[in-house]
Amino acid sequence: MTERTYAGVCVKCSDQGYMEELNEWTKDIGAHIAEEEGIEMTDKHWEVIDYLQTQCRNEVPLTIRRVGKSGVTTIKEFYQLFPEGPLKKSSRIAGIPKPVSCI
Amino acid sequence: MKNILILGAGTSGTMMANHLRSKLSKNDWNISIVDKDETHYYQPGFLFLPFDIYKSKQVKKSIDKFIPKGVNLIRDSINKIDKENDKVILKDGTELNYDILIIATGTEIAPQEIDGMLGDHWHKNVFDFYTFKGAKNLRNKLRKWEGGKLVVHISEMPIKCPVAPLEFAFLADSYFINKDMRDKVDITYVTPMDGAFTKPKASKELSYLLEEKNIKIVSNFNIESVDGDNKKIIDYGGKEVEYDLLVTVPTNMGDEMIERSGFGDDLNYVPTNKATLQTTVKDNIFAIGDATNIPASKAGSVAHFEAEILTENILRFIDNKPLKETFDGHANCFIETGHGKALLIDFNYTHEPVTGSFPLPGIGPLKLLKETHMNHMGKLAFRWIYWNMLIKGKHIPFVSSTMSEAGKDLEEELA
Ligand SMILES: Cc1cc2nc3c(=O)[nH]c(=O)nc-3n(C[C@H](O)[C@H](O)[C@H](O)COP(=O)(O)OP(=O)(O)OC[C@H]3O[C@@H](n4cnc5c(N)ncnc54)[C@H](O)[C@@H]3O)c2cc1C
Repeated sequence: MTERTYAGVCVKCSDQGYMEELNEWTKDIGAHIAEEEGIEMTDKHWEVIDYLQTQCRNEVPLTIRRVGKSGVTTIKEFYQLFPEGPLKKSSRIAGIPKPVSCI
Repeated sequence: MKNILILGAGTSGTMMANHLRSKLSKNDWNISIVDKDETHYYQPGFLFLPFDIYKSKQVKKSIDKFIPKGVNLIRDSINKIDKENDKVILKDGTELNYDILIIATGTEIAPQEIDGMLGDHWHKNVFDFYTFKGAKNLRNKLRKWEGGKLVVHISEMPIKCPVAPLEFAFLADSYFINKDMRDKVDITYVTPMDGAFTKPKASKELSYLLEEKNIKIVSNFNIESVDGDNKKIIDYGGKEVEYDLLVTVPTNMGDEMIERSGFGDDLNYVPTNKATLQTTVKDNIFAIGDATNIPASKAGSVAHFEAEILTENILRFIDNKPLKETFDGHANCFIETGHGKALLIDFNYTHEPVTGSFPLPGIGPLKLLKETHMNHMGKLAFRWIYWNMLIKGKHIPFVSSTMSEAGKDLEEELA
């Protein structure tokens, strides 16, 4: 675990840069992480972030498929919003853990 | 007389039938188990079948061989669960009442989920190896294949036995070297994750493997479609990978029966408490193995650990005692790396795979996260253990259902 400073606030992060405490998250912090990921945030981006955070609070594991069927966005659009690894990038910006995988 | 009904007689259902029959009085409890298949497959063997390491008869046995005396085996397809009325309806219309239900219907490939995956080319130059048929057809193809671009591919997570595709790539390298044609085969591993190994400790220990075996990797590839005519796969971001032979793991999904019953998530997995294995569908419905939505690996070893805890919780449920919240996601898997070697990994919900020795702390004989011949022997021995101990519900010596921290280099993980 490390600490990183975004928008003047020090937050706990995993070594791979995913925030450990969703409670520490603010939109300002999210915007700074987005900048690091090279993403310019629009209302649509924030709508997706909001959805991811709600799912995370309800302990629903996230997959690209689920985001695609959420009604918030489609898989195709999700890729356009967060190119390359959309779930990984958006999870970082949303301040939620890295999507799980085995090894 | 009360009824316990188990749905599915695969790895998990068979284990539960064996555990519960030995624990519950025959005077008080009827136990029935339903399955549509005649055959119990040893699915881990599907990895070896394509390379002629196992013969087909080594991976299949008759399903009734493993159902204990005193358990009623019903051979039919399950149509749906009527949870309001505590009954299950079979395809032929038969209704089965239960007091306690255990869902163990596993997960299967769903190639129809990916545009263009099924078609004329299916099992001609696009194969799965997650079914007996797929593994066998692929074996026949490999026997006469003259080389070209081999693409080993994962469609989307989660899949059962998440390391199997990587093992497939390693074994393919070995296979073609042995056939003296490795120079004619170009192997690429395509994954939706951000690498072949994604946990820090495992990637540090293991990333040399792909390079050493000259396997190329394309990561963060989320497939949108298969273009069978032009022999390429295309991802949502527009990336393309060409193949001559595509070995894919299609989307994995729980049985449609779950969907027809009106619960289950978007992949038909049953919402289940990850520590107790009771479902959130109804108090008297439990789930185990690949059929659940818990964030543990979908593997036989995991189902084995779950079965010990679920048995105890069912006995507690019967006695009106609070359930034990002890399942920690423990998984213990061998990873074949080819050339007679394998790795062993041991992990749970909170600990990532680490180095160390297993199962005896400091002694082994198996080494965690290291390639050894002994680990390979362990993997091969697993088939014997599976048929003779695991599904019969016998305890495997030295291996506990929750993860032991002894003999493992866990402090390094925190560093
Ligand atoms: C290629 C491959 C390699 C693997 N390697 C390993 C390994 O090395 N180590 C390891 O631990 N695990 C491994 N696994 C995973 C392991 O095989 C599974 O996790 C395990 O079999 C899960 O058991 P289960 O009982 O939950 O499901 P299954 O064993 O799949 O059983 C489900 C049963 O339910 C029945 N069923 C489903 N729906 C219905 C219905 N509607 N009506 C009637 N019957 C129904 C099916 O016929 C089946 O018999 C591997 C899997 C594959 C495919």
